[in-house]
Amino acid sequence: MPEKPCISLEHVSKRFGKKKVIEDVSLEVFRGEIFGMLGPSGAGKTTIVKMIAGIDEPTEGTIDVLNTKMPNLRVMKQIGFMAQSDALYNELTALENLQFFASIYGLKGKKQKQRINEVMQLVNLTDHLKKSVSQFSGGMKRRLSLAVSLLHEPEVLILDEPTVGIDPLLRQAIWDELERIRQNGTTIVVTTHVMDEADKCGRLAMIRDGRLIALGSPEELKNRTNSRTIEEAFLYFGGARQ
Amino acid sequence: MRVRAIVIRIIRQFFRDKRTLALMIVAPMFILFLMNLVFNGKDYKPTIAVDPNVPEVVVDKLAKHDADVKEMTKTTAHRQLEKQQVDAFMEMDKGTPKMTLEGSDPNVNKAVLLTVQKTMQELAPQTPSMHLKTSYLHGSEDMALFDYFGPVLIGFFIFFFVFLIAGVSFLRERTGGTLERILATPLKRWEIVVGYVIGFGIFTTFQASLISWFAIDILDMIMEGSFLYVLFITFLLAMTALTLGTLLSAFANNELQMFQFIPLVIVPQIFFSGLFNLETMPEWLRSLSVVMPLTYGADALREIMIRGNGWNEIAQDAYVLLGFSVLFMILNVIALKKYRKL
Repeated sequence: MPEKPCISLEHVSKRFGKKKVIEDVSLEVFRGEIFGMLGPSGAGKTTIVKMIAGIDEPTEGTIDVLNTKMPNLRVMKQIGFMAQSDALYNELTALENLQFFASIYGLKGKKQKQRINEVMQLVNLTDHLKKSVSQFSGGMKRRLSLAVSLLHEPEVLILDEPTVGIDPLLRQAIWDELERIRQNGTTIVVTTHVMDEADKCGRLAMIRDGRLIALGSPEELKNRTNSRTIEEAFLYFGGARQ
Repeated sequence: MRVRAIVIRIIRQFFRDKRTLALMIVAPMFILFLMNLVFNGKDYKPTIAVDPNVPEVVVDKLAKHDADVKEMTKTTAHRQLEKQQVDAFMEMDKGTPKMTLEGSDPNVNKAVLLTVQKTMQELAPQTPSMHLKTSYLHGSEDMALFDYFGPVLIGFFIFFFVFLIAGVSFLRERTGGTLERILATPLKRWEIVVGYVIGFGIFTTFQASLISWFAIDILDMIMEGSFLYVLFITFLLAMTALTLGTLLSAFANNELQMFQFIPLVIVPQIFFSGLFNLETMPEWLRSLSVVMPLTYGADALREIMIRGNGWNEIAQDAYVLLGFSVLFMILNVIALKKYRKL
């Protein structure tokens, strides 16, 4: 029996003016999986995740998240979003940033304190709570952004290039964290343009020029194309379209 | 060679940013145009009311010396003086002419006195005994130009700085990605706008109080009315500037483009807010002041500070400023749709 999808896109297209950025993308993300979106920069990954997060609307087609048509403010409360740029207030301390976002999600008092401690432990930044974000390194800012998106215990976590510009050790640490979060039942959508990261996802969507060129688990995609690596598979699918 | 590459790059960038280019050329011309209109205006023609007991010869001579002469009784004249419909009132007091000037604008005072002096000289060149007695309804002979400009300047500086600071910080929120980030939360658009208004409102109240206090207590600016009214009006003016600044920041892509609004939005308001006498300008140009928030703020501040008036005289200005703020806030909520439809 197929599981009910947590996120589903049906014939989604997006135009900015006359320019078509996303063309007829249909896919489903199931509860409790890490779903990767792989593609070069400019392929339209960010546009897709922004539409899933409810910030943007598709021009054609529909997007359902947790059985509700997006955009929907109530469902947005169940979504954690980590943008590509570290959307943090540099003048403020890590704690002040977390307090700001926690308050927006309606976390107050003891619960707020507890969640802040939990997410900071998760991203290993507890010692830097009182530090101003302007003194943070790039990697620390990424981790703090991740912490912010986890504050309200979202059912769906959307991460736009979470590991870009991060050293391999930290990258590994972030992926380990994502796996832990997934095991707690959270559905994760993550975009990346790093081919070897794609191996860590449960299932993958390959995106190129706004189109979905392949969909399946990393193993499946490799087997179907007789490739040893995801990169080879991507090249195969990318070329096959033409 | 590297220098050349840089030069070419900068020129190219300029052509990409056509707005900056246009503004560099259009803005100075625009300001020069305004200054030309303001400073090359015709001489001010004073309106002088005369009591029926003033001799006909005096009335004729006054009219000859470029005054608008209106005959009316003392009570009517005083009512019109209060409303600034006439600039001065002349009557005969036991054979000597007596003038009462409205007095709040030193430029007008000067024009009235000049006309009257010329008239007097012509009428009695040999008899200096024909001495003119003058009194002032508001202000006094020694009211400095600064006293007249002061209330406008207070309003202007508050407006200018709040506009810039609010605009730039809202812009930062957009360019830094934090606006998009908070729009990924269930936060409603109007909540963001109201949050900004309140957050900045606290800061601007403090700023407005400080500037008003400094001008009145330290610079010893003329202050006839209540300080609380001054605070109230400056607060409303700051709110208008704040909401206008955040609204316009939606149409700027970086700080530089935000600054480009200064010659377009701020500078014209200086000219039209009463710092210069508008009555020497063409009618169509004068009507522009209706859409400028600073006009109302400056008018109310002048009523309070120079004329010592209270709520009745400033109520209309206060409502207009409030209306501007609410309008800009609503437009701001709509402008945020650019980032999130919901």
